[in-house]
Amino acid sequence: MTTESPALELRRVNKWFGPVHANKDISLSVNRGTIHGIIGENGAGKSTLMSIVYGFYQADEGEILINGQTCHIDNPQASIEAGIGMVHQHFMLVDTFTVLENIILGVEGGARLGEGLAKARLELARLEKEYSLEVDVDALVGDLPVGLRQRVEILKALYRGAEILILDEPTGVLTPQEADHLFRILNTLRDQGKTVILITHKLREIMAITDNVSVMRRGEMVAHVGTNETSREHLAELMVGRSVLLQVEKSEAQPGNALMNVVGINFIDADGVKRLKDINLEIKAGEILGIAGVSGNGQSELLEILGGTVTPTSGSILYKGEDITKSDKFNARDLRKIGLGHVPEDRHRAGLVLPFTAHENTILGYHDAAEYNRGTTLDKAAMIETCESHIEKFDIRPPNPNLKASGFSGGNQQKLVLAREMEQNPDVLLVGQPTRGVDIGAIEFIHKQLIQMRDAGKAILMVSVEIEEVMSLSDRIAVMFDGFIVGELDAKDATETKLGLMMAGIQDDADPSSAKNKEVAE
Amino acid sequence: MSEQSAKFGTPAKVPAWVNLALIPFVNLMAAFFISGIVIFIVGDNPFQALEVLVYGAFGYADAIGYTLYYTTNFIFTGLAVAIAFHCGLFNIGAEGQALMSGLGVGLAALYLDFLPFWLVIPIAIFAAALFGAFWAAVPGYLQAKRGSHIVITTIMFNFIAASIMTYMLVEILIAPGGQSPESREFEAVTWLPFFHDFLPIPETPLNISFIFALLLSAAFYYFVWHTRWGYEIRVVGQNETAAKYAGISPAKNIVLAMFISGALAGFVGVNEVLGVHHRLILDFTGGFGFVGIAVALMGRNHPVGIFIAALLFGALYQGGSELAFEMKSINREMVIVIQGLIILFSGALEHMFRPKIEAFFKRKSTTQVAEA
Repeated sequence: MTTESPALELRRVNKWFGPVHANKDISLSVNRGTIHGIIGENGAGKSTLMSIVYGFYQADEGEILINGQTCHIDNPQASIEAGIGMVHQHFMLVDTFTVLENIILGVEGGARLGEGLAKARLELARLEKEYSLEVDVDALVGDLPVGLRQRVEILKALYRGAEILILDEPTGVLTPQEADHLFRILNTLRDQGKTVILITHKLREIMAITDNVSVMRRGEMVAHVGTNETSREHLAELMVGRSVLLQVEKSEAQPGNALMNVVGINFIDADGVKRLKDINLEIKAGEILGIAGVSGNGQSELLEILGGTVTPTSGSILYKGEDITKSDKFNARDLRKIGLGHVPEDRHRAGLVLPFTAHENTILGYHDAAEYNRGTTLDKAAMIETCESHIEKFDIRPPNPNLKASGFSGGNQQKLVLAREMEQNPDVLLVGQPTRGVDIGAIEFIHKQLIQMRDAGKAILMVSVEIEEVMSLSDRIAVMFDGFIVGELDAKDATETKLGLMMAGIQDDADPSSAKNKEVAE
Repeated sequence: MSEQSAKFGTPAKVPAWVNLALIPFVNLMAAFFISGIVIFIVGDNPFQALEVLVYGAFGYADAIGYTLYYTTNFIFTGLAVAIAFHCGLFNIGAEGQALMSGLGVGLAALYLDFLPFWLVIPIAIFAAALFGAFWAAVPGYLQAKRGSHIVITTIMFNFIAASIMTYMLVEILIAPGGQSPESREFEAVTWLPFFHDFLPIPETPLNISFIFALLLSAAFYYFVWHTRWGYEIRVVGQNETAAKYAGISPAKNIVLAMFISGALAGFVGVNEVLGVHHRLILDFTGGFGFVGIAVALMGRNHPVGIFIAALLFGALYQGGSELAFEMKSINREMVIVIQGLIILFSGALEHMFRPKIEAFFKRKSTTQVAEA
């Protein structure tokens, strides 16, 4: 410990939302010139805590000290003045403005833009050099890839004089290579004396880059440890409160016949953008086919098409040898009837009707099945009975079929959706982001269920942006980039680097130097 | 996961009666309070005004009859707006749909009056529902297939309906030799029975349409919450993406919900034209379609709530005319001001008191949990 006062210190911070105690007696001390990780499951209170530091919320009790001085941060402006910069999970940039215009947004410095822009240009040139944050300041933000947009956010914070930089789940939208690049930038920042706070739920990142880590669980700070004194398993245990299995246990796959063949699918969306380009896939019984890729490279569209919600522009889908794209059965309702389960990528947007009760959500998509109807009347008793059996089998909490879907936590909501689709015993199951926003304990359970289904001889297609998940769960992996399948490989041969390159659009066999060029060119 | 983790982060419950009864009541009281100030400023005693209003609405048999007669219209339009709301649609066109239903009733009653009552009355009612339904289904179709915003199209359809009615009454259906734009009186065979025809009560416009309103309320409840079609409509209204994912066609349900909405609005034509006026006149809808929006909002799109809200507005209509008659500084316009304030507080400002009231009950519920 150094004698100088910490860059940021929190003393017994408490925050309630109505009756919910979101932050309980949080104390935290972040030393200057370090990268400090804050890890915790979804809903553990990480984002609330950082929003308090950034002035979005005010703490109900407790103190915030910056460089040893008590600070009253009651709005983001005060926080910026205190030298705190925040890079949000969802970027706060104007797509139709240039990088330069985005950076001076809010600090234009006078009524006439010209002077401010000129000054900013000079200052930015200095910052870019100092922190090796190259970005074309005259490019439109909308034209930049995600990794560069994030860089703009970091520059924006530095331009405002940030000494403490908070990054909220910064790697969610990045390829592994882009994430590594980000880590290099963060290291440079640290070496130049800045303080970085990294909020994440990914253990890999914590281990890779932080100096210290604080673990949150259910609104409380449960541990502060030096990163080199801990391990992934230990951190996972601290996060969940019990030991968890990080590795998925599974036997060798026994692939059978192809139940679904995707043949030359192309899709052009309403804006005329070609989202899928000549997709060919085989989904076999007894096998999990994982689709890897950075989000927004066509996986969502592929899943929607296979689920029957969107009609492909060309190409066909064979289900058990029969071309379903040409028949009038090609809609979500009829595909369910012939044995296609579909867990959508976004449970809030598609998988659930949040204001509906759990038992009403249990029949979504199956509401005209005979088992839920008596004549014209919906059989509420049958709905509740099915829902209760799902709750029991998937250990959904709280076990209340009359609770609104919005009242369940993320993991339990996901289990509601999974239970609905899996308990219909489909032959082919499409799963999008099976564990997005789900806590570690539930992830373990969901993975087990998927493996069980595979072992029962079902065909599973899984789309996930979590590269670790794809690698540990899949038997075969196809990687998507820019609407193409750039390659398909056996899960046994997959490494993070290999997949990462493919996710950036570089073929397996391409030489690594050209890969670098491509990344820079972007 | 432990017991504690299930509780952590889940929102606290606010008792249902707070949402369903207390908040609407507080909104209503706020509207009355402001109305009271207005009445005081124009120089009358607000408490006396309230007394006259309540007496005028419920104080004697005639008053009750009139109140329920107005209530009937508000139930129809309230249900009409509510079914569209359940599908996520804002039907501003109940007024025009009601007007067109009058045309349906009129045509049936004027040209089929050679039929016996047990045939012509059902046909006229069917025509009313069908005309209203058609007038709502067209904007519904345009919304579903062409993306034309339903608020805009239903407003435009109100104007078109009013123009069609004027043309029909001035040029075609006008009573032979008549000087004003109204049809001849229908044959008595087509008239709906009044309540005073079969009950020992004073003569009022209250007719068996009121029974229809109660039956339709029950049917509404059953349809929306206990059939798969109602389920589909609600899914589309709450989450269109989830509907598509579940294989529910938003387009089909939008047209269906608007069709039903228009049919419900069409019963205003039954009550007014077939039940009371017994001839087709201009403007028989009298703003019931628009007030139906406030009724549905206040009634939380639930038939029971709609009945209560409709009764409130029925009482305001009836008590309000009494008020305008009795008190020197209050005229018809002042009554509309009071109605406007109620719509303002229970519609536009519906959520003004909500956070405070909910926070109070949430805090209360956690202390109870803590004590237990």
